[in-house]
Amino acid sequence: MSLILIIEQVLNGLQLGVMLFLMAAGLTLIFGVMGLINLTHGSLYMIGAFAAAAVASLTGSFLLALIAAMAAAAMAGVLVETLVIRRLYDRDHLDQVLATFALILIFSEGTRWVFGSFPLFLDIPDQLSGPVTLPGGIQYPLYRLVLIVVGLAIALGLGALITKTRLGIQIRAGENDREIIAALGVDISRLYTFVFALGAGLAGLAGALVGAIQSVQVGMGEPVLILAFVVIVIGGIGSIKGALIGAILVGLTDTLGGIFLPELFDLFTDRATATSAGSALASMSIYILMGAVLIWRPSGLFGLRA
Amino acid sequence: MIREGVVNAFILALLVAVPVWAHFNDEPFTITLATRAVIFALAAVGLNIALGLGGLVSLGHAVFFGIGGYAMGILAHHAQTFTPVIEWPLVIEGTKSMPIIWLVAVTTSALAALVIGFLSLRTAGVYFIMITLAFGQMFYYFTISWTAYGGEDGLSIYVRNSFPGLNTLVPIQFFGLCLTALVIVLLMNALMARSAFGLALNAARQVPQRVEAVGLDPKRMKLVALVISGAVTGLAGALFADLNRFVSPTMFSWQMSGEIMVFVILGGVARLFGPVTGALVFVMLEHFLGGLSDYWHIYLGALLLLIVLFARGGIIGLLCGRQAVHD
Repeated sequence: MSLILIIEQVLNGLQLGVMLFLMAAGLTLIFGVMGLINLTHGSLYMIGAFAAAAVASLTGSFLLALIAAMAAAAMAGVLVETLVIRRLYDRDHLDQVLATFALILIFSEGTRWVFGSFPLFLDIPDQLSGPVTLPGGIQYPLYRLVLIVVGLAIALGLGALITKTRLGIQIRAGENDREIIAALGVDISRLYTFVFALGAGLAGLAGALVGAIQSVQVGMGEPVLILAFVVIVIGGIGSIKGALIGAILVGLTDTLGGIFLPELFDLFTDRATATSAGSALASMSIYILMGAVLIWRPSGLFGLRA
Repeated sequence: MIREGVVNAFILALLVAVPVWAHFNDEPFTITLATRAVIFALAAVGLNIALGLGGLVSLGHAVFFGIGGYAMGILAHHAQTFTPVIEWPLVIEGTKSMPIIWLVAVTTSALAALVIGFLSLRTAGVYFIMITLAFGQMFYYFTISWTAYGGEDGLSIYVRNSFPGLNTLVPIQFFGLCLTALVIVLLMNALMARSAFGLALNAARQVPQRVEAVGLDPKRMKLVALVISGAVTGLAGALFADLNRFVSPTMFSWQMSGEIMVFVILGGVARLFGPVTGALVFVMLEHFLGGLSDYWHIYLGALLLLIVLFARGGIIGLLCGRQAVHD
């Protein structure tokens, strides 16, 4: 256990965290503004990854692939919002969960039908592959470092969008009181579609960015979706700041727990027990974190009191 | 509109008639399919107690289903390997006897529901949905890394467990056992819905403030409902494990929770036979559409979407009209 390993793992945790943030930001905005539980978000992530893989293999350009990912996911988002989800805003959460669960089935099987069951691969572009040497002599993959920077930049941009622009004011007003801002002359249904498309685009981007370090396959979205839900519940639903802090907390807990809990158990018991008990606890650690946060603050860290 | 009692009687008659017909025409697969439907129905009736009566949208009922399954898996595994479950402080042997397994399944899942409910009921709305989902994931990942009982591969049981006086290896006898369990639980459910507790719970779902004002504790009633609900779903889990003679972490997966919820909503929330109808239709769709196309989930998704958007009372609601009392 060296300092270098710890720093590497912290960076890995950050990388997971910022990618989760891209997912969680959209989810939390959609929930905050429209009051909608959107299980389809994982499918949008998957659509982004598949669009990126398809465009990258056609054109060979990673940048085009990323643009295609965002565009495809945002378009799918707009389609879903206008056709289905618009009808669900004033329904209870049960109907929303069920309808978006149905959409997951349609999207997953549809993707399997178009692309087949075998995973696709999306390559890291040459300029971004290979390791870099960080101060202190730590070798770290350049691509993962770029992911951290891109994710943080998007977080800053999103923060500026929400706090500084006219659109951001409308979004925040929509979170507080949708009837009033509709009465003040804001086209609420266009605002909803825009927020949904924005969230979908971010999910698609996350799918494409992560798709380059994992394989692109059907069902890749749901584990991330559940992690993103954990993130927004920890951070407090509706809060972008909460989503960022929650995402980094979850990313770090997940990554560091997997490495250090078995080591920690090793101090007390024999190797085999330590490894199995440690990894069992590590895989549960983020849910334990979430449970603890909710018991301490039932509306999350930055949530409004329900 | 048809009266609900007529529809219920028809469904029950169908559940008896089809397997009996299959038995005399030597179609064991149909009986297995019916058994699967009945067990799913039982799990969904369990969820309906929390969801329909208590208004608790639990997206983590796979926890109880899985605990029931693992209760069976662990006890039978120790019985077939002739090892004790624990040796200290007292020796507990495994067992292949269904009544004991059911008792363990029901008690452990009720206990789990008590703990989960105690923690989760501090929250409400979306947070409740999410925290129950998180508990489900917690158990899922725990069993995946629990190598003592097969980890990700699960546990296989070679011979179906026994029930005194019956040969459970005969499909129709095992089916009869499952159907009896379902009918008893449905009776209990009907009695409970009309009992003082059921009425108070119903009121607590609709206007908790008023219930509190007359001196009842809505949170405590919801906790009791969740415990009963968890115990029923746990029993279904034990039966499901016995049907397949196999348990694995998939019983804890969130898709399982989603499916149990789909049964309830497909059939009709808060209707006595809603979950039964939903599970029956789901298993039939799975069988027939699955035979037609590998991508049958697309059709299932589309059907589900249509039900949510245009037929809000589920199938029972379509047939019998929507209930007057509905929030």
